[in-house]
Amino acid sequence: MPTVSVKRDLLFHALGRTYTDEEFDELCFEFGLELDEITSEKDIISREQGDTKAEGASDVILYKIDVPANRYDLLCLEGLVRGLQVFKQKMEAPRYRRVSPASSEPQRLVITEETTAVRPHAVAAVLRNITFTQERYDSFIELQEKLHQNVCRKRTLVAIGTHDLDTISGPFTYTAKPPGDIRFKPLNQAKEYTAQELMSLYKTDSHLRHYLHIIEDEAVYPVIYDSNGIVLSMPPIINGDHSKISLNTKNVFIECTATDLTKAKIVLDMMVTMFCEYCEEPFTVEEAEVVYPDGRTCQYPVLYPLTITLHESTEHIAQLLTKMCLRSEVMSDGEQIEVEIPPTRSDVIHACDIMEDAAMAYGFNNIPRTTPRTYTIANQLPLNKLSELLRQDLAAAGFTEALTFALCSQEDIADKLLKNISETRACRISNPKTAEFQVARTTLLSGLLKTVAANRKMPLPLRLFEISDVVLKDESKDVGARNNRRLCAVYYNKSPGFEVIHGLMDRVMQLLEIKPGQGNGYHIQAADDSTFFPGRCAEIFACGKSIGRLGVLHPDVINRFELTMPCSALDIDIEHFL
Amino acid sequence: MADTGLVETLLQRVEKVDGGLDSQDVATSLGVDHQAIVGAVKSLQALGDVISAEQRSSKHWELTGEGCEIAEQGSHEARVVSSIPEEGMPQSQLMKLAFGKVGFSKAMSNKWIRLDKGHEGGPRIFKTVERLEDLVRDKLLLVQKGQASQLEEKEKNELKKRKLLSEVTVKSYWITKGSCFSTTITKQETELTPEMIASGSWKEKKFKPYNFEAMGVALDCGHLHPLMKVRTQFRQIFLEMGFTEMPTNNFIESSFWNFDSLFQPQQHPARDQHDTFFLSDPAQAHEFPQDYLERVRKVHSEGGFGSQGYKYDWKIEEAQKNILRTHTTAVSARMLYKLAQQEKFTPVKYFSIDRVFRNETLDATHLAEFHQIEGVVADFGLTLGDLMGILHQFFNKLGLKKWVEVGNSGMFRPEMLLPMGLPEGVTVIAWGLSLERPTMIKYGINNIRELVGHKVNLQMVYDSPVCRLDS
Repeated sequence: MPTVSVKRDLLFHALGRTYTDEEFDELCFEFGLELDEITSEKDIISREQGDTKAEGASDVILYKIDVPANRYDLLCLEGLVRGLQVFKQKMEAPRYRRVSPASSEPQRLVITEETTAVRPHAVAAVLRNITFTQERYDSFIELQEKLHQNVCRKRTLVAIGTHDLDTISGPFTYTAKPPGDIRFKPLNQAKEYTAQELMSLYKTDSHLRHYLHIIEDEAVYPVIYDSNGIVLSMPPIINGDHSKISLNTKNVFIECTATDLTKAKIVLDMMVTMFCEYCEEPFTVEEAEVVYPDGRTCQYPVLYPLTITLHESTEHIAQLLTKMCLRSEVMSDGEQIEVEIPPTRSDVIHACDIMEDAAMAYGFNNIPRTTPRTYTIANQLPLNKLSELLRQDLAAAGFTEALTFALCSQEDIADKLLKNISETRACRISNPKTAEFQVARTTLLSGLLKTVAANRKMPLPLRLFEISDVVLKDESKDVGARNNRRLCAVYYNKSPGFEVIHGLMDRVMQLLEIKPGQGNGYHIQAADDSTFFPGRCAEIFACGKSIGRLGVLHPDVINRFELTMPCSALDIDIEHFL
Repeated sequence: MADTGLVETLLQRVEKVDGGLDSQDVATSLGVDHQAIVGAVKSLQALGDVISAEQRSSKHWELTGEGCEIAEQGSHEARVVSSIPEEGMPQSQLMKLAFGKVGFSKAMSNKWIRLDKGHEGGPRIFKTVERLEDLVRDKLLLVQKGQASQLEEKEKNELKKRKLLSEVTVKSYWITKGSCFSTTITKQETELTPEMIASGSWKEKKFKPYNFEAMGVALDCGHLHPLMKVRTQFRQIFLEMGFTEMPTNNFIESSFWNFDSLFQPQQHPARDQHDTFFLSDPAQAHEFPQDYLERVRKVHSEGGFGSQGYKYDWKIEEAQKNILRTHTTAVSARMLYKLAQQEKFTPVKYFSIDRVFRNETLDATHLAEFHQIEGVVADFGLTLGDLMGILHQFFNKLGLKKWVEVGNSGMFRPEMLLPMGLPEGVTVIAWGLSLERPTMIKYGINNIRELVGHKVNLQMVYDSPVCRLDS
């Protein structure tokens, strides 16, 4: 969930009234938002960097509001206020209009063939005669950043460029060139750089370095020129300094370049719908024409409302939806509602989204609670039922249950147990942040031994067990791996206590109604296993199948887990007993 | 038990006095060590209220080692005088005696002897008195008899200065009769024995009282892990509500079942490397229900089933990527798909509680793996009211009032259900929460590492109470 932080007083001013914190929290809840935190810049800095750094910082109250991930229309003060005002029925949901320029041809953005290889899509629009104030300007910049982080997926899908239209002249060309051939003065820099130089310049930039990888290894970089060869931007990295917008900018040219056209349209719609209220003629957006390499042309922004028909019929639902910025009308047949989805609500893609809004406007807490009449007989998963029963009896046998992680390092399941990783059938994780998450465990033993190591100061003996899943590669499964439910126990004391762990194994067999003996019974026989002390390991057979091992651990295993006492262990697969 | 004879003697003494006795006095008068009397007092106290003994402390004077020697053999100066014969003694010979040096100077100052320096054959000493009063010895003898009070403070301090006396603090008991006073005592038994039960002798015996203030012995027992105890309770609640357990024993899942089947777009941030553990081996899943996979591709990329879809280029390569499942809803999806393949739809209620994995930044409340609790109901015509109602019942059983804080809930989207082949009109409501969060609230644990993993303190496991969620 993205968090939007807005200045409280500015918000209240725009809403036309003040609220207490509790009242506003309540309003947020009704509208499906969450007032996450009430703070100030000063608070934030002092919390993160200490009181001394916070000195002099602004103590203007900030509301931090959690917004649903797909509600891009609530990511700035303008959208938030518009949504709440319509919800409180203080204003009607605006209809956004795309208009042609009064006295000239629309701005044109020509896409050349070269972009296909790197970033093939572009859309554009113009905000005409807009009036910025410091707050509006800040919000405009911040919305771009918010969209970049969210729907644009850190600029990989879409990158936004905004320009002072009066400093440049169309038609504009969106093309791609070898980095050595691109040369311009980037935003807030004093001199010109080639694209190559820029990439190394930004290597150390705490903000921009995160976007370099998107085009770094490409043969050509995307770039937008005006008719005089001035660089507007080199998406998705940086804009040119020449066309940068300021508080005095009156006409804004917005371009979005993308690898995903649907998302580019959404992002452009979001930028223009949020800020067109500051235009001389509010809620209008001047169209721009995009010319494709094949000569096709397209007018942007899309702004067309989507119409969805609901097979519901009450006037009440229509009213509720209208409160949620969804203009609704009961159709002439009286049984259906036609709902107009504004361009701001790209999250609405199915009638169920509209019903969700209706429920929200109605108030979830006002919905009468009912009990489904779904009659079902419950069943336990046999494997879990068996595990639950065995756990109880292992505790009754004097062993304490441990709960260890399913992920661990390769060392834990191989080197430390004197095993070769290739014989473990371990599944390997490709992107672990630390060595603790290299593999899925193939045995419960290492987790138990680490638990013992962390509890060396506890009185001896330590008797621990765990019944849980390990993961093994298995070609016969659709994903190529399967879980395996295992029972593992350790006895750690001044003497190895093989007889104790052996006794536990006998008890488990007794619980499972398996009698000692060959054939259908159980028996153990000497086995070689590098984890165990030579001559002190046995394989367990039940009903003719090998189900696990028990024995005294090898002294090197004890050492590698940083233990000092002898230890015996039992490890069996309980899936045989289902 | 102290010496029985001494105990009885002590009791007889106590009987004879009206007020009480000081244990020191008893020791003096019986001529035994005070510690022996203290032992007798303690063993009588253990018998109950035979005597009452109040601890006191007093100061008294005692002879030092040197003081004892003087009390026995006389002061150094007196011994000097008595060792000098009528004809006198050479000074050098006198000085060789153990008490010579000190005795000589004291005797000189008392004028009990004189020194003839010019005597032929060296300086010689002669007695000047025949009889003498050895006051020092007399005083010390008084102290030794316990009559130090007859001496003046000044005298005592002077002897102290000479290191013949020392003042010591003595702890003693003031012994009086108790409410169950008796001069005869029976030996108390510590424990009931099989022999006593057999012979019936327990009827005559007195038993040593137990100390009920002490703790019992720590039992040598096994324990269940608190998180697993809570898991058991959640299972119980679901079973009470008629929910069937889903097979969640598959930690490794394909992106297809974990994300795509749930109508989660392929560019969704949750599918990022930063949030999800991907597998390098086995890297890909290789088997999918082909026609269902095609319907999923279509609903993502083109829409359908009443949906606009996401309108992007859906890639099989993304769906094939194996991951550690990020939620158990992957299993719910498999179960609902399976349900949709039945010839005739039957309503179901499913639950699961099992591990899920997130490649997140770790902190006090987040680990890379945790347990997810999930409940799913599928039937024709379920409503939001049904969801609210069932959540209310579920959280009532937990005894949690503020449940909005610990979980989330909703209805599965038609874009998820219809491609599976579930009939139109079937709605599926579901909710989920973590097992760790309510457990931490329940047991008052702030750091998740104190609850889960190999670093937990086993004492916490040993000490954890039973889990009754509703109380």
